[in-house]
Amino acid sequence: MDYIDPHIHMVSRTTDDYATLARMGCLAMSEPAFWAGFDRGSVDGFRDYFRQLTEVEPKRAAQYGIQHFTWLCINAKEAENVSLSREVIAMIPEFLHRPNVLGIGEIGLNKNTRNEATVFLEHLELAVKHDQLILIHTPHLEDKYQGTRMILDMLCGDSRIDPSRVLVDHVEEHTIQEVLDRGFWAGMTLYPVTKCTPQRAADMIERFGGERLMANSAGDWGPSKPTAVPDLIFELRRRGHAESLIRRVVYENPVEFFSQSQNFHFTPRDTEADRRLAREYR
Amino acid sequence: MQSANKILDDSFLEIRAKLLEVAATLDRLDRSCEEQAPLTTEAQSRRAKLDEAIRILLSEGPDRAERVQKLFSREYRTDWRVELGL
Repeated sequence: MDYIDPHIHMVSRTTDDYATLARMGCLAMSEPAFWAGFDRGSVDGFRDYFRQLTEVEPKRAAQYGIQHFTWLCINAKEAENVSLSREVIAMIPEFLHRPNVLGIGEIGLNKNTRNEATVFLEHLELAVKHDQLILIHTPHLEDKYQGTRMILDMLCGDSRIDPSRVLVDHVEEHTIQEVLDRGFWAGMTLYPVTKCTPQRAADMIERFGGERLMANSAGDWGPSKPTAVPDLIFELRRRGHAESLIRRVVYENPVEFFSQSQNFHFTPRDTEADRRLAREYR
Repeated sequence: MQSANKILDDSFLEIRAKLLEVAATLDRLDRSCEEQAPLTTEAQSRRAKLDEAIRILLSEGPDRAERVQKLFSREYRTDWRVELGL
């Protein structure tokens, strides 16, 4: 089945992973800006990273027929450095016109601190000012419930934010309902130890249905599996769910959400535009 | 949704294996407490959380996973902005 991975960090994956994902049916992906495993020391470090996200990764993906989109921000872990965060936020508009940029993300909280909340709110201002979609990172483990509620408070406290233009990622059993009830899109991250398994994601789909729900692999430099979305497809099929429900979660919902960005020029498979791309890249 | 019988058939061995992992880990903890040193106060608190989680598993209701998640979560307070001075 064709699918879209709406949250995968390909800068930390090998080119072999692109090949594997293409063989598994991955047609497009979106890659949020995130923590590199170390704190970067200057705004130029982020400028180079944003060039990687907007110039290098789209070309690497295209070699395998995968369409690559991205999101820009300084992540919550590095937001403790408020002055650097402000420099990065001021620099981001240099890249917003790049053709694969869908919006601001993944912004959010990590340890739910004052500095993180301050930088989060300043990212929201940036998104509103430039009419950008927003992709949210929610914290891990014991910080998730508290942090998710704080993030929702900040989003809902700003009347300029339209929930239908915000994707809240890494939802789990104790946060999904609040996110959906408040009108946001929700993403389940299939990340074995600290987030969610394909089986638990399938349980959440059974409980909440497919509306405004997506699944992603995160696929970063930690212990993660870039082909986790096909694992979810397999689990849902094993349970006998309709192809239409599966396709909605792994393909139609990402297309619907991303289509709110003027930069989402997506080419479905087997169209004239797709055949033209195939001649160029494959 | 699959029938309860089918779900149990499909997952019985996997659940059995996971329960054995939990049982063996708790045994290992106890052995170490006897042979090495008892848990620190902070570690005892974390160990008690595991007991509480197991009690949730034994309880009734359709929301065990959600309750276990909340057990391992920091408290959310509506006045967090005041606490952080925001």
